[in-house]
Amino acid sequence: MTRSAGAIGGTHGAGAGRVGDLRRARRASHPFARLATIAISTVVLLPVATLVAIALSGDASDWPHLASAVLPGAIATTIYLLLLVSVGTVSIGVTSAWLIVGYDFPLRRVFSWALVLPLAVPPYLAAYAFAEFFHFTGPIQSLLRAAFGFTSIHDYWFPDIRSTPGAAVVLACVLYPYVYLTSRVVFLLQGRNIADVARTLGAGPGKVFWRILLPVARPAIVAGTVLVLMETINDIGASEYLGVRTLTFSVFSTWLNRGSLEGAAQIAMVMLALVFVLVAVEQGARRRQRFHTGRATHMKARPPRVALYGAKGVAATTAVALPVLFGFGIPVYVFGAYASRRLDRFFSPELGTALLNSVITAALTSALTIVVALLLLNAVRLVRTRPTDAMVRLASIGYALPGTILALGLLFALARFDNAVDAFARAYLDMSTGLLLTGTSAAVVLACTIRFVALAEGAIRSGLEKLPANLDEAARSLGQSPARSAGRVLLPVLRPAIFTAAVLVFVDTVKELSATLLLRPFGFNTLATSVYENASRAVVEEAAPAAILIIVTALAPVVLLSNALAADKEATL
Amino acid sequence: MRFDFVRAVLALCSSLAVAAAAGPAAADGVVNVYSYRQPDLIKPVLDAFTAETGIRTEVLFLDKGLEDRILAEGLNSPADVILTVDIARLTAAKSKGVTQALDDQTVNANIPAEYRDPEGHWFGLTKRGRVIYASRERVGDEPIAYADLADPKWKGKICMRSGQHDYNLGLFSAAIAHWGEARTEEWMKGLKANLARKPDGGDRPQAKAIYAGECDIALGNTYYVGLMLTNEKEPQEKDWANAIKVVFPTFENGRTHVNISGAALAKNAPNRDNAVKLIEFLSSHDAQKIYAEQVFEYPADSGLEPSEIVKSFGTLNADTLPLTDISNNRKAASEMVDRVGLDDGPSS
Repeated sequence: MTRSAGAIGGTHGAGAGRVGDLRRARRASHPFARLATIAISTVVLLPVATLVAIALSGDASDWPHLASAVLPGAIATTIYLLLLVSVGTVSIGVTSAWLIVGYDFPLRRVFSWALVLPLAVPPYLAAYAFAEFFHFTGPIQSLLRAAFGFTSIHDYWFPDIRSTPGAAVVLACVLYPYVYLTSRVVFLLQGRNIADVARTLGAGPGKVFWRILLPVARPAIVAGTVLVLMETINDIGASEYLGVRTLTFSVFSTWLNRGSLEGAAQIAMVMLALVFVLVAVEQGARRRQRFHTGRATHMKARPPRVALYGAKGVAATTAVALPVLFGFGIPVYVFGAYASRRLDRFFSPELGTALLNSVITAALTSALTIVVALLLLNAVRLVRTRPTDAMVRLASIGYALPGTILALGLLFALARFDNAVDAFARAYLDMSTGLLLTGTSAAVVLACTIRFVALAEGAIRSGLEKLPANLDEAARSLGQSPARSAGRVLLPVLRPAIFTAAVLVFVDTVKELSATLLLRPFGFNTLATSVYENASRAVVEEAAPAAILIIVTALAPVVLLSNALAADKEATL
Repeated sequence: MRFDFVRAVLALCSSLAVAAAAGPAAADGVVNVYSYRQPDLIKPVLDAFTAETGIRTEVLFLDKGLEDRILAEGLNSPADVILTVDIARLTAAKSKGVTQALDDQTVNANIPAEYRDPEGHWFGLTKRGRVIYASRERVGDEPIAYADLADPKWKGKICMRSGQHDYNLGLFSAAIAHWGEARTEEWMKGLKANLARKPDGGDRPQAKAIYAGECDIALGNTYYVGLMLTNEKEPQEKDWANAIKVVFPTFENGRTHVNISGAALAKNAPNRDNAVKLIEFLSSHDAQKIYAEQVFEYPADSGLEPSEIVKSFGTLNADTLPLTDISNNRKAASEMVDRVGLDDGPSS
């Protein structure tokens, strides 16, 4: 009820006393939800909290050097990269979503799902593939030389992929699907009615896009972009390979080259500060989004798409084909060529085991992450106090830290727990429990869950926010418990959002490398670690079969998701 | 709906419990290896060890945070033997307190004193030179000293990977030991001014850059040339390798900077006896040769011959600088790279 009042008023100012009473009542009546939130948030926050402790345990001796020689450049590069990546992902993601939703042109149905495919390509593989593809010895430059009769590299100019703009292109090409997915949903669900009113009043499609659709979709676009930017900040593989010195690079050189884990943790805190700003921006965007939703869910009739013929149709098809060709085509071309010369490898038992490990880890992680996200969001919905909401928000910022650093925080926390249990058992029970969690596959699943809670939380939250607030209150008023009404009313209607979340987490876990590498047990290889083992000795081509399998494994759920999208069920997602 | 949900959670918990139960191996007849080096590369020598002793090996590959993981695991760490590819990582393991001293006659007899820790915390197994790849087409036969890399005659002609990479930091640390900080910093500024492009990629792309004509000389390890020359599946890489020749640059003492890969005994090794057996085995002349051949490096013992391909590069006259001097200067070298802005490339 406060929810709809807030939505209408747009603020939380009105009737403060009554809202306060309600809040108190809610707090008192949901001790279990509150406890669950605290317990889960504690586990999810464990790695970040450990890193804060490590950062605080160090002195400031690294700072004169960092402040004078490292951070100014690293922060500038990071912000420049974030800026370019967000411009890239927003223009690709929004344009393609707008074309797919609003127009009809050749192959539209195919591209409506093909546009999601680059999600399956890990950024570090994309960086390698782009560098090969656009290199002097790659197909593009060879073709240019053959066509124009150039012989040497000094005869012509060619843009260099190994640069900050180059890295931004690579990252934008594989990360734009986040923005495509979020803005597409909004274009489908919201603003159509307003857009149609504008159209009947004589506004052209271009004007409708700029004046109506874009402003209405802005919060959703921002939400997708924040995910993209968090992925950009935590990336080390792609930017390092392309020679871009971001904050993440400084974290690693401080930690590994100057032997200061404390200094590295302190830089990680700078990164978290940057993320706090991003999350605050996103939160603001979501609040406005809530204001905009209104009764959009009641829109059932699908307005006709504008058909594009001839040159215009070809132009539209080209516009949506390019992102797929770049983000998916180039990596598959490069690794497919290597893999085609190593077909026997596809049948090696090692690769089979790695595939199985990847699938099991990803399935467990996405199941666990969904449960965690649902419990957290349910608590937010029931309790609705600032601390609860803040805690849930905090729980997702770990996503922006480089995987190795987040995993390091978890490693120290788990190992300390294991060793404390062991010391207790040795002292009082005269037995050793050894390491219970450290170095097990369970630790890998836990690390991935903690890393990807942000993805699941984001996807489910946006689904939840599209539902009328009083949906389950009808069930509650009929005497059902909160848990039961949530389970019987909310879960079924949230299924599409939960499905999207599960797919996103599954795909990201299959691609996940650094946390798995640090925490895994002996002989435990996933597809990603198997690629990395080869890449680490500079024989990436030997890793091609595993790389192709990563893409295929991630592809399966992406296609499932896309089919759900292609069905165009208006009220879903 | 709710029952399904409960069942799903139960299934999840039980599978996690199963996963947790399959913990690390700590049985008889096994030795646990934590390795910076890729499992495929150490497999032949570990297989030879198992064939000779019947002791099984378990390998964990990890190239970022290996010492931290052992440190965190503490008393209960399953790590027995640590294998690294760089002297800096051996000394880091020692200074973090995750190694223990080993005074073993066999090992001491097999490994020359300059390639092991005076206190017995680590042992070098192979060595490699930090050399120059030079274009066969555009660079003459004159010798190139490390100091020459700052000579303006190479302006716009040098390629390299990131200055913060272990291999380059090793070289810069050696330079500091030879020349002192001030001269090294001047030299690094000259090197930066001579770069053809911003440092990026690995060592192999540098050879490719020479092939493509982006630069004439590049810093690299001999290792990668061997990999490219033997790459049957991607024959174009042989062209890249054949576009370059290996030049052994030297310091004023006429010797080339070398780095080592090595082994250390983990502090809380649960299978200590087996671990000692493995280190003894790795130090043996046969194992040094197998291991070095696998990675196109030189056996630690200079009396042993490297593989044919490595021999074809020429003779390595290894620097006699104590390795501890190199690792002691590492932090200074890393800060210098930042200060000079080497990784920003020639423009700024």
